[in-house]
Amino acid sequence: MLYREVGEFKPSYKKDQQTFPIRLDRYGYYAILAFAFCVIPFLINDYWANAILLPFLIFGIAAIGLNILTGYCGQVSLGSGGFMAVGAYACYKLMTGFPDLNIIFCIMLSGGITALVGIMFGLPSLRIKGFYLAVATLAAQFFLIWLFNKVAWFYNYSASGQITAPERTLFGEIVTGANATPEVAYLVCLSFLVVLAMVARNLTRGSVGRKWMAIRDMDIAAEIIGVNPLMAKLTAFGVSSFYVGIAGALLFSVYLGAVEVGEVFGIQKSFIILFMIIIGGLGSIFGSLAGAAFLVAMPVVLKNVMVGQLGWAVDLAAHFEFLIVGALIIFFLIVEPHGFAMLWRIIKEKLRLWPFPH
Amino acid sequence: MLSADFFYGMEVFLNGLMTGVMYSLVALGFVLIFKASGIFNYAQGVMALFAALTLVGFQNGQVPFSHLINAIFGTDIHHFGWHLPAFLAILLALLVMIIFAFLVEKFVLKHLVNQEPIILFMATIGLAYFMEGFGDLMWGSNVKKLDIGIPQGGNFWIEENTAFLGGEDFYGFYLDTLDIYATVIAIILVSGLVTFSQYTKTGRALRAVADDHQAALSVGISLRTIWVIVWCIAGFVALVAGIMWGSKSGVQFSLSLIALKALPVLMLGGFTSIPGAIIGGLIIGVGEKMFEFLIGAPFLGGATENWFAYMLALVFLVFRPQGLFGEKIIERV
Repeated sequence: MLYREVGEFKPSYKKDQQTFPIRLDRYGYYAILAFAFCVIPFLINDYWANAILLPFLIFGIAAIGLNILTGYCGQVSLGSGGFMAVGAYACYKLMTGFPDLNIIFCIMLSGGITALVGIMFGLPSLRIKGFYLAVATLAAQFFLIWLFNKVAWFYNYSASGQITAPERTLFGEIVTGANATPEVAYLVCLSFLVVLAMVARNLTRGSVGRKWMAIRDMDIAAEIIGVNPLMAKLTAFGVSSFYVGIAGALLFSVYLGAVEVGEVFGIQKSFIILFMIIIGGLGSIFGSLAGAAFLVAMPVVLKNVMVGQLGWAVDLAAHFEFLIVGALIIFFLIVEPHGFAMLWRIIKEKLRLWPFPH
Repeated sequence: MLSADFFYGMEVFLNGLMTGVMYSLVALGFVLIFKASGIFNYAQGVMALFAALTLVGFQNGQVPFSHLINAIFGTDIHHFGWHLPAFLAILLALLVMIIFAFLVEKFVLKHLVNQEPIILFMATIGLAYFMEGFGDLMWGSNVKKLDIGIPQGGNFWIEENTAFLGGEDFYGFYLDTLDIYATVIAIILVSGLVTFSQYTKTGRALRAVADDHQAALSVGISLRTIWVIVWCIAGFVALVAGIMWGSKSGVQFSLSLIALKALPVLMLGGFTSIPGAIIGGLIIGVGEKMFEFLIGAPFLGGATENWFAYMLALVFLVFRPQGLFGEKIIERV
């Protein structure tokens, strides 16, 4: 009774095709957005921003990006860590090369550069399929990390091999660098996430998204009904890498401030992002965010419980974290292989009838 | 008389071959499981790590979970105070791997029958995480030395007896004795596996399942038993790989990353072919060492070994998408 679509009449096609056709959904999202934009910035402190909110927002963008490629277009990629590194280094080069360029444009441009790199590494996907492709994307991961480690031009010949974000402002507020406040960083990341999520949602509902899904479901059949696999796969790689690149740029410039490439963008990151979309749900924007929230929050919660409450050693807690993450992944795959998004869908179906079962 | 550079190249080539054998050892475990169950088992590398950890733990008489027990009960235990002979420890470690195979089948695979391959793949990544945490929890995460009596270091006999080949400044081929042992053991292992799968009843059942699950079921082969057997064998291969890699570079977290080195080997050789795993391993081993020696170190700043194998496999796959010996991929609408 609480959640229903009965009694909602849609007099025009436009209304019927809007993103959230059910009124309660729509108002719910407005409420969440209002809360996220207008309330959280006043409650936020350093710990919450750095431990939970910023990583969630940034990995949420990356997860949406990977979900476009893997969930919507069916091309499994294990190279997200490498592409995030491209975004971060592109952002660094743009920030230091063009000091007057607005930080927002820097981040957008680094997304664009990552998209180009992604398309390049996506080219083999036209020949290679399935697991072979998944492993082939590891080539991107290892090659890119090696490149950023070895070619000193990328880190401006700094002695430590690290890249450090210089201070940049937006509307007079410091966004990057050591003096940035958590509120500003949070708002910047949140705005990126909201805009990108809306774009992704609408892309996947339009003709591009349908082509991706046709390729995912059966690429030969899709080709026969007139989908150009070259265009579909490469746009998926491009758009996905754009998202992942932006996430990498934000991770470097707004969140971490200083980055050592092998540590931050290693293969583990690629796996974590893949876990996010698997646990969240393949082919779902909501799922990407839910998965990101879960995988960001869980280690923090575990650590608080084990180190904070039980007083165990940090390394013991770290071992348990691995164990629990692994067990949970298996558990979720067994219980609900389609992830949180499917659970949410089931709950919605149930709520529609509740409390009357018929 | 050929130049010394040529002989150094030769030496690199030989060392590449031996590294390739080590890669093949890991790749073999992947192929076995992939053939029998269609599961791409990412956890193979962690299985090797876990097997090696267990072996060292048994050998040194470590108390399992001592860290955890100490944390909960405030005790201070760490060792039983005995040293098992290597042979016994290996048998015990093998037993643990067999129990592990049963548990995996019972708690994971059984529930994931008929899922898409990608879901199964993700499940094995979950398994890898789980085992990594479990292994560390059980035996501690410090770097351990694994010594079961295989000699290590350069082989003087070969070095002395090949020194005459080159000129004044050539001192013979430097080959690690451990690598030579690994090669011999790999050859024995592969011939053993081939004999097993060709001439025993279980082996035939394995091949039947690999060919066609449905048909194998219909003639009365129990899939679940076969899966347990396959995971046992993979556990055994992981143990061998773990012993070899562990003796070479110590038992530590990075051991699990050898799975990543085995992946390009698999791509090159094809996921479904045992000879492919061997030959792929050799090609990758030689390829990356020669590339590093000839191009990587002099011109590109070194450490190209991390990605060269992948690039080689990637370029190769563009021309032959199913790998060297993989089954031809036939697609129908």
